Amino acid sequence: MSLIKVPESDVAGWKCAACNEEMVSRPVELEYLDSLFNVELPACPKCGYVLIPETLANGKMHQVEQLLEDK
Amino acid sequence: MEQSDLRNWESKCIQEETPQCVAACPLHVDARTFCSLMGQRRVDKAWQVLAKTMPLPGVLARLCDAPCKAACVRKDVGGAIEMGILERYCAENAKPVAPPRPLPSRGKSVAVLGGSMTGLCAAWEFGRRGFDVSLYCHSLGAGLDDLPHGVLERELESLRKMGVDLEESTSITAELLTSLLEEKDAVFIDSEDVPDSLLDFGEPDELTLGTRRAGVFASRTGESSSILQAAAGRRAANSIERFTQGVSMVSGRDLEGPYETRLYTNITKVEPAEPMQGEPTEVTVRDEAKRCLQCECMECVKGCEYLRHYKYYPKVYARQIYNNESIVMGTRQANKMINSCMLCGLCEAVCPEDFSVGDMCLEARNTMVEQGNMPQSAHEFALRDMGFANGEKCVLGRHAPGLTTSEYLFFPGCQLTASDPDGVTAAYADLRGRLGNVGLLLHCCGAPAEWSARRAAADEVIASIKAEWERLGSPRIIVACPTCLKSLRKGLPEAEIVSQWTLLGALGLPNGTAVDAGRLAINDPCATRHDAMAQAEVRKLLGDLHVAVAEPDYTCETTQCCGFGGLLSEANPDLGHKVAELRADSMEEDWVTYCVMCRDMIARTGKRAMHLYDLLYPRLDDPAARPAPGYSARRENRVRLKEELLRSVWNEEQDVSGELFESIEVAFTDEAATAMEKRRILKSDIQKVLLQARESGRWLVNAESGHLLASFRPVVVTYWVEFEEQGDGYLVHNTWCHRMRIKGGQP
Repeated sequence: MSLIKVPESDVAGWKCAACNEEMVSRPVELEYLDSLFNVELPACPKCGYVLIPETLANGKMHQVEQLLEDK
Repeated sequence: MEQSDLRNWESKCIQEETPQCVAACPLHVDARTFCSLMGQRRVDKAWQVLAKTMPLPGVLARLCDAPCKAACVRKDVGGAIEMGILERYCAENAKPVAPPRPLPSRGKSVAVLGGSMTGLCAAWEFGRRGFDVSLYCHSLGAGLDDLPHGVLERELESLRKMGVDLEESTSITAELLTSLLEEKDAVFIDSEDVPDSLLDFGEPDELTLGTRRAGVFASRTGESSSILQAAAGRRAANSIERFTQGVSMVSGRDLEGPYETRLYTNITKVEPAEPMQGEPTEVTVRDEAKRCLQCECMECVKGCEYLRHYKYYPKVYARQIYNNESIVMGTRQANKMINSCMLCGLCEAVCPEDFSVGDMCLEARNTMVEQGNMPQSAHEFALRDMGFANGEKCVLGRHAPGLTTSEYLFFPGCQLTASDPDGVTAAYADLRGRLGNVGLLLHCCGAPAEWSARRAAADEVIASIKAEWERLGSPRIIVACPTCLKSLRKGLPEAEIVSQWTLLGALGLPNGTAVDAGRLAINDPCATRHDAMAQAEVRKLLGDLHVAVAEPDYTCETTQCCGFGGLLSEANPDLGHKVAELRADSMEEDWVTYCVMCRDMIARTGKRAMHLYDLLYPRLDDPAARPAPGYSARRENRVRLKEELLRSVWNEEQDVSGELFESIEVAFTDEAATAMEKRRILKSDIQKVLLQARESGRWLVNAESGHLLASFRPVVVTYWVEFEEQGDGYLVHNTWCHRMRIKGGQP
């Protein structure tokens, strides 16, 4: 999961509506089936709202989920 | 799967059994591989195949009388492969190969008396096994005078290279035998090439070629076939090897000579082709070799895209499943394979040994569930859908309006209600109209639980159906769906259950059936595989409807699954779609079937397909073109059917105050609708995200498009919805989901 990188183009333009803040890359913890991952993901610097772009959810993240399910 | 179970499964699959020709050959020459290479004009390689197994290959290949021909499967479709001609051509034209390198010396010595074919072959076998061999004879190659010049000499030279001591011009006497017996560990006598006076030990034993005299082995007299003479030499070598090792002379020798093999090769679709004629040439020999069927079974794999997709055959899959279960740490590579079987039973129906991959995979799924290794995502959506179909919004159990008893109970099943609620309404009206007191039970039969090996859940569903059935006075159950029929017959053995098609066969067609449906390809649902009566009844109904029925290659007992069975399309959607596509495209005609999932799976591929209801209770101008409803629509259809039936049949207005999220007005772009189906995201999931966003005020906004983006995790899946506000509701542009949880309080 440390290989997960969200390309800038997937984040471009999104900002937190409530805080009016641009997304910044920050460490986020993801959890699945008792496995914990520390990943740099775009999030609101103020409230911490994390963005999981479509490409990540259907790409690398899906692969890792499948792998963990087969462990 | 225990190791003994694995052995049982493995032994049931005959794909790896020996081909008929190889089993029939006294030396078990790999004629199948030989023909394959000859068919590719790889003559030198083909010669290596012969030389690997044959003693004195240059001699034997020219003399072999090809007993394999009597066993050749090709003999019934044109004529047996001319193996003798191929062998001789190969011997004449291939680059010679060096004799085999003998095994390291085993420190045992053996004498061979007699130098005809049998004695020479025995010496060859002893030599390659690392015996110290001396051959004594009057003249080498007795009886082999007709060979082309140099052939015998070359093989004698090979024998010498292998370390065999060839003692020619020796007079073979009883004294020599006695002295050799003292000197050597054993003696083999080539009975064709020694004086009769020496053969005073009676007929050698058929299995071991041993004689009454300890240490003396001998060939049986009167054998004229070269290949059988060579086989006698090999048999003697096997015996003397055992004799010098002091192990059993008899155990485990069943496969030494020609034997019966279980390998089955289907020739029903093989075009007859005549054997070659005339002088062998490079081309005629190649073509002759190409007639070889390359015998194998693969009966199950031929008819099943799932078995083909994973590249092997059941014997290998059994091993993979066994290994999968044995993994303690590491990745279980076979999970998806196990979850991709349609459990449809075709393999068992076509297998000469009745191998049921479905039984094996269902048992493996059961173990996965018990051990907690079943991947969460495999069946969760289907089980949620089953839960929904069995929830209060969809379940309905009633006597017919105004009645307090039911003679019959109509059970349409959860997929007909999801796909064709109007058809269900029409069918119920028809049954009530003609039979009177017919109650109704809307419920799922529990097949998804059964297929995903959630046995407790399956039992729960059956218990719930049973309770409703008993509450309604245990009436006769009329079942429309073949899978429900199977599930209920198994789960409710005490109930009298009748298929709707059987009933209609007896009642006659309803009023207003379709006319001019023309010619249709029939698809028997896999649940009816062993129900010849149901298949016949449906064909009778179609006949009454003036439909000309076109039968696919795989039909009735060998029908193919649509890709929904066993939850394939859930666990492996791409393969599910491919299976459906292959089935759909296997016929030119529009399809007609009597399982609505088959209809919808075929319809999803873009092929025109009808359910029997479309002909019996026509409501649309072109029912074959009706698209298969998506996942959300299927749920809504079930809910609406219950509301509609309560209103129109029982005159009851339901309290329709739904849950709060249901009040969210939402529309979808085509892209969003496609993403929802592909990713199995329901309208209700999206409504929950939007409700949560509205209440929390937390979402992202895109400066460029103005779209909003929010996420929510109702239970175990996080859904993302990209949307814009539209009036009082929302227009959804895209949606995706993941199962990983974002830690730190994101809703």
